[in-house]
Amino acid sequence: MTSHFVEVEGLAKRFPAPGKGEALTVFENASFGIDKGEFVCIIGHSGCGKSTILNILAGLDQASEGVVVMNGKEVAGPSLERGVVFQNYSLLPWRSTLRNITFAVQARWPRWSRDKVIEHSLRFLELVGLQGVEQRKPSQLSGGMRQRVSIARAFATQPQLLLMDEPFGALDALTRGMIQEELIRIWEETHQTVFMITHDVDEAILLADRILLMTNGPQARVAESVQVAIPRPRQRTDIIHHPDYYRIRNHLVISLVNRSKELSGSAVGSEPQVGKYPRVVDPTREPAADTDRTTCRQAAI
Amino acid sequence: MNILAIRSRKTFDLPLKDRLFDRLSAQSTGKTVVRLVHSLVIPVLALAIFMGLWSVGARQVETSLGVFPGPVAVMQQAGALWEEYQSEQARKADFYQRLETRVDKARAAGMPEERIERMRSRDYTGHPTFISQVVTSLGTVASGFILASIIAIPLGILIGLSNTLYEAFNPIIQLFKPVSPLAWLPLVTMVVSSLYVSQDPMFSKSFLNSALTVTLCCLWPTIINTAVGVSGVSRDLINVSRVLRLNWFTKTTRIVLPSSTPMIFTGLRLSLGIGWMVLIAAEMLAQNPGLGKFVWDEFQNGSSESLSRIMVAVLVIGLVGFMLDRLMLMLQRAVSWDKSLVLR
Repeated sequence: MTSHFVEVEGLAKRFPAPGKGEALTVFENASFGIDKGEFVCIIGHSGCGKSTILNILAGLDQASEGVVVMNGKEVAGPSLERGVVFQNYSLLPWRSTLRNITFAVQARWPRWSRDKVIEHSLRFLELVGLQGVEQRKPSQLSGGMRQRVSIARAFATQPQLLLMDEPFGALDALTRGMIQEELIRIWEETHQTVFMITHDVDEAILLADRILLMTNGPQARVAESVQVAIPRPRQRTDIIHHPDYYRIRNHLVISLVNRSKELSGSAVGSEPQVGKYPRVVDPTREPAADTDRTTCRQAAI
Repeated sequence: MNILAIRSRKTFDLPLKDRLFDRLSAQSTGKTVVRLVHSLVIPVLALAIFMGLWSVGARQVETSLGVFPGPVAVMQQAGALWEEYQSEQARKADFYQRLETRVDKARAAGMPEERIERMRSRDYTGHPTFISQVVTSLGTVASGFILASIIAIPLGILIGLSNTLYEAFNPIIQLFKPVSPLAWLPLVTMVVSSLYVSQDPMFSKSFLNSALTVTLCCLWPTIINTAVGVSGVSRDLINVSRVLRLNWFTKTTRIVLPSSTPMIFTGLRLSLGIGWMVLIAAEMLAQNPGLGKFVWDEFQNGSSESLSRIMVAVLVIGLVGFMLDRLMLMLQRAVSWDKSLVLR
């Protein structure tokens, strides 16, 4: 097995039960790798521990078992090499848009001159398509703009790994689509390594090289690693016409709706896991048996 | 409103839309009237009713010092107090004028410089007027409050940041918070008179007594509110500071402090309000110069004007308290980042 840029091995999170009961296992045996420059999305139902995995990767939370190794070093706490985009933006409300970004840039490169910090920050504001709002406070921005500032802040610190916790969860569909396109464009420019949580199957297909599917918690697992072999650059409007799009989409939806239960830890026996890594699936190479029309329609609901 | 309706009829020729426009503009003028009534007419009306009730009610109360003062008597005494202040100021100016001429004469007579200095060092010792008592009280409350804030804000931050400190301090705070400041007063007086011994004191003891009593009462609301504000800093912002690897100092000054300023100011406003109330009581009880002493002196004086003069003091105390609160509010508005915050 070649070693990945980020290695996640046997991660588990357990909460001690009140009293002397058995500990509650949120997820266990989570193992996967992320390569440099790869965009990986993780999908799963609420409560399966996606956010916990992301927080452990960020160093904000600690695993009960298992390790995360990035670049050959074990993750033991937060680091500026791992940027995080939080779901609710987490901007400092008393600072202007620009100063929110300079704040992070200064923390990353304390020795930089003031001018250099501002120039660098402005460049990343421009990258997310925000100009002319540098002096506005977050409360004077729309939700979409706030999330762009948050994304600009994370990209501006140029981390080796960018972690995004459902970054578009709180946005309306139109705004979400726009920012997704911005994100694709930025990713294509920077080839930033990204690990992102999402609930949205279409979003995952649009953005990701690979999608990790988690089973339901408790005792959730990372069950599958689904390849998204759709060529880049991708566009929201074009990608749905790609012949493989619906095969991938249906596979994901079916897994989420039907199979996540049977894949869950309580029924491990039914789906034997080969090795420590999740089963690699490429829906475009699978026989089209389980993607016939009736299942399609069911799944789409 | 009519113009708008006509124009829209011409443009759109849609009766429904016209009616809508009419309704909307009528509503907006209605709103202005309502706002005017709320902001001006109602308070003025309430004040007038209050004055009337006061005037009528006061006449019914016969005290040993005469009839309880109504608004007119109080107004007269307010004028009289102002005149007293003016004449006292004039006397003071006179005193210094005379002093200067004497100094000039002495210098012309070839008096040694050190004796002239001694002459100069003599201060005017007129009796304090109402206005000067107000100024004294303001100075005392400001000193006590500022001292309390200097202690309470950092302490509140530390307590809010650390669970251990919180557990250590919480019982002490809970114990002392409900203590009436006047219970402190004798203790403060004794401690100050035994510890603050100096030939040439920078502050008078009475000032220290009052100010320290104010401090003791101003501490608690600020500590508690600061600690609550600090411990309530959003988890996300703390995570941001962790991801950016901020050190303790940067985290505290750049994230914790700004995000808890609204709560800190709430504490400060409460403290200042309490401090002002406490100060008047402390001055009365301890005969320390200030508005409280003025009230007490007038009460002991027992002339036919005393009650009116006390009533003037009562109104001024209220007015000053109100202005102090507004001042804090303005400061809070200026400092606070959350402009949408409803401030009352």
